[in-house]
Amino acid sequence: MKKALIVFLLFTMLFGVVAFSEQYERNETLYVTGGLWGPPTNWNPALPWDAVTGTNGLVYEPLYLYDAVHDELTPWLAESSSWVDEYTTEIKLRKGIKWSDGEEFNAEDVAFTFNLPERVESIYYRTLFNKMSNVVAVDEYTVRITFNQRMYREWNYQLYQIPMLPEHIWADRSSEEILSSSNEEHCIGTGAYLLDSYGQDRMVWVRNDDWWAKDLLGLEVAPKRVVVVVALSNNVVLGMMMKGEELDLSNDFLPGVPTIKRAYDIHTWYEGAPYMKPDATTMLFLNNERKPFDDPEFRKAIAFAVNKQEIVDRVFEKMVLPANALGFLPSDGWMKFYHEDIVNEFGYEYNVEKAKEILKNAGYKDVDGDGYLEAKDGEKLDFEITVPFGWTDWMESIRIVAKSLKTVGIKAEAKFPEYNKYFEDLTHGDYDMALNNFGAGVTNTPWTLYRWLFDEIIGGVAYNENFERYADSAEMRELYRAFNETKDDDEAQQYMRQLQRKFLEDMPVVPLFYNGLWFAGNNGVWTNWPAEGGDNQYYPNSYQGGWVLGGLMMLTKLQAK
Amino acid sequence: MGKYLRRKILIYLITFFVAVTLDWFIPRMMPGNPIDSILARVAKMPSQEQVQILRSHLMKSFGMDVPIFEQYINFWGAMFKGDLGVSINYFPKPVTEIIKDALPFDLLLTVPALLLSWVIGNKFGAFAARKKRMDNWVLPIWYIISAMPYLWLGILLSWTLGVNMDLFPVAGAYSFSREPSFSWEFIIDYLHHWVLPFLSLFIVQLGGWAIGMRNMIIYELEADYSRYMETMGMPQKLIRRYAYKNAILPQVTGLAIQVGLLVTGALTTEIVFSYPGIGYLLNQAILRQDYFLVQGCFLFIIIGVLLANFAIDIIYVFIDPRVRHSVGGDGA
Repeated sequence: MKKALIVFLLFTMLFGVVAFSEQYERNETLYVTGGLWGPPTNWNPALPWDAVTGTNGLVYEPLYLYDAVHDELTPWLAESSSWVDEYTTEIKLRKGIKWSDGEEFNAEDVAFTFNLPERVESIYYRTLFNKMSNVVAVDEYTVRITFNQRMYREWNYQLYQIPMLPEHIWADRSSEEILSSSNEEHCIGTGAYLLDSYGQDRMVWVRNDDWWAKDLLGLEVAPKRVVVVVALSNNVVLGMMMKGEELDLSNDFLPGVPTIKRAYDIHTWYEGAPYMKPDATTMLFLNNERKPFDDPEFRKAIAFAVNKQEIVDRVFEKMVLPANALGFLPSDGWMKFYHEDIVNEFGYEYNVEKAKEILKNAGYKDVDGDGYLEAKDGEKLDFEITVPFGWTDWMESIRIVAKSLKTVGIKAEAKFPEYNKYFEDLTHGDYDMALNNFGAGVTNTPWTLYRWLFDEIIGGVAYNENFERYADSAEMRELYRAFNETKDDDEAQQYMRQLQRKFLEDMPVVPLFYNGLWFAGNNGVWTNWPAEGGDNQYYPNSYQGGWVLGGLMMLTKLQAK
Repeated sequence: MGKYLRRKILIYLITFFVAVTLDWFIPRMMPGNPIDSILARVAKMPSQEQVQILRSHLMKSFGMDVPIFEQYINFWGAMFKGDLGVSINYFPKPVTEIIKDALPFDLLLTVPALLLSWVIGNKFGAFAARKKRMDNWVLPIWYIISAMPYLWLGILLSWTLGVNMDLFPVAGAYSFSREPSFSWEFIIDYLHHWVLPFLSLFIVQLGGWAIGMRNMIIYELEADYSRYMETMGMPQKLIRRYAYKNAILPQVTGLAIQVGLLVTGALTTEIVFSYPGIGYLLNQAILRQDYFLVQGCFLFIIIGVLLANFAIDIIYVFIDPRVRHSVGGDGA
């Protein structure tokens, strides 16, 4: 036994001398958390909901980026694009971009990417393909896409959503392979990073020193390696942040950041409240198909009754902002369509007396004297508000919503089913009230918000739209489609005005607050973090889908100490 | 002996069949559908026609588009071929690979913690059973530590030794700045990350075993045969040895049962230390109804527990003469 142990030790010592363990240079490596929650298993841009964060954005790149802070569509793989007629857009690509295996990137790749859904029918952008009647590479660096409908706002959104795929690698792959491959062997893009290694709890991206943007745009990403760390709980992230040098950027929700910020030199976008940039509007969904939520007066009363500021102060320690009446994120792309006069005339604010008045005038009375209102037909009203169990900030938020409703006599209770049950009920219209913000994230156009709120439900199950099942959705659809179909900004504004007026008159959903882009930077090793008014003003988002909003550009501005 | 074995094996096979069937059945009875929650993550795709196309594709690729009884048959067929399916959560990684990659991290934590705490706990417990004065103050300590939740002790250790005193790292199985390699530096780095999670398991379990052993020894030392040996003037050491052999039996049972459950991982410890084990993956699989990962993990758990029970039955034949006689006496 003892002899075996000695032999084992000698063996390992021998190897220890021979085998060398590389350690990444601290000031060349950026450690990031928030975007990865399990072992990386997928690097396939055709499965964007599954692929490891960074696949889309760091490795595979779209034609444009969207600067979510300054509301700018930045030409990226494309050099420029324009509408040659109502239905046709022409995209001119940059020359000199190479895939990481040395092949040239050109119009063939773009045409291939947009035509792929013809062969691979279940790919995620199939319906976009259905709106295209023709995609052709006019010459080596020019692509023409002809649509079968007008869709200017939506197209600008798609320009930064779809990563370009290399034709010379993907053309020979079968449909089955494309949809079920992990793509580990073929993770070849035009982007700033390459797949280096991964483990059960981390993903390591290494810098592509032949990245096209170095020569063509004079841009360089500062970290040689970006290590995305799986941190399974907030206490781990906080602990790592407080130790000083273990973690650089966290996109996790960290309650307590305002309190420990000073003590541990933690950086946030704003120095004071709200600390975080607004990222997605969290709405209180009311099931419009259930009585009495089918009554606009009842819904409006709820809008007046909810104390949004209390949620902001008590639940989020002021790390979020209360939503405006329309639920428009305070980003330029949306706010330029915000009509103050309509909001002033038809909108609402926190006013308990007004809420009670509306309910009274609409015929809701407390018939049996229990302190709670009954329906117009005398039926008892007792509602449940649901959010997924474990989402503690939302859990506390709906407790406050329930409390607000009680002060005007509406009986409501906060409930926390497991996520799958919550989502099944929400999508099947099997709920009273619930919180959600999945489709209200920051984009280049409020078209995405209205599409998410009012799109048509097919087959009875609303996976990704219209959870509230608003009765007049068809009217809203006409309006936001018209908005999408016009390039004329004045015309567009008219449609917006109509949308906003109807929204405020009927209040199908109640916007509560803006979920923040949780961002904490550690000044221990890297500096020049994104900040309001600072030198680095890029959206510090390291989630899948967030790199193209500013996360990638942020990396070009960071500086190692 | 043969008849004893045959009967045991038959019972275990039936138990296995029923347990695996239940394990297959229960996640599918939960409300909600894993495909739907994948579809929710496709949130950026602005159209639900799209979602419908994708939904039918996913249902087909996970074999969920056939009637439920057929899915059950397919499951058994695949299992005997060693194919535990592909995980829904961690698509397209096969379940066997997920378990293979995650389990070693857990085992290297839980196995030493269990074995060391058992050995040291037993010795310590037996010692305290004899020394009355030490027993007075050490027993309350054991009660306290065995009542500590793993989670609580983990956070306490992480905070004091990890964050405040900066002696140990607080996350991961090995440094995020290294790749695994067969080198001295890596092994030291791994051990450095290993200490705190190990301690959070070891300390709590130690208390349990020590208390159990202490109680058993005291009981044995007061038994008739011990008293008899004492009056006969036998050396203390011999009496203690006999008592120890009797007292260890229930501890062995306890150990075997714990060994069977090692395959579940150490969920709360993994969460506190962000340790990449199977416990967290299994937990997420249950919550998000990743049918295949749940089935695969529970298959191992069922096998582990049954094997452990079977092992106890066999071991007892050898270490407990009473069992040996009854088994032998039943007729070969």
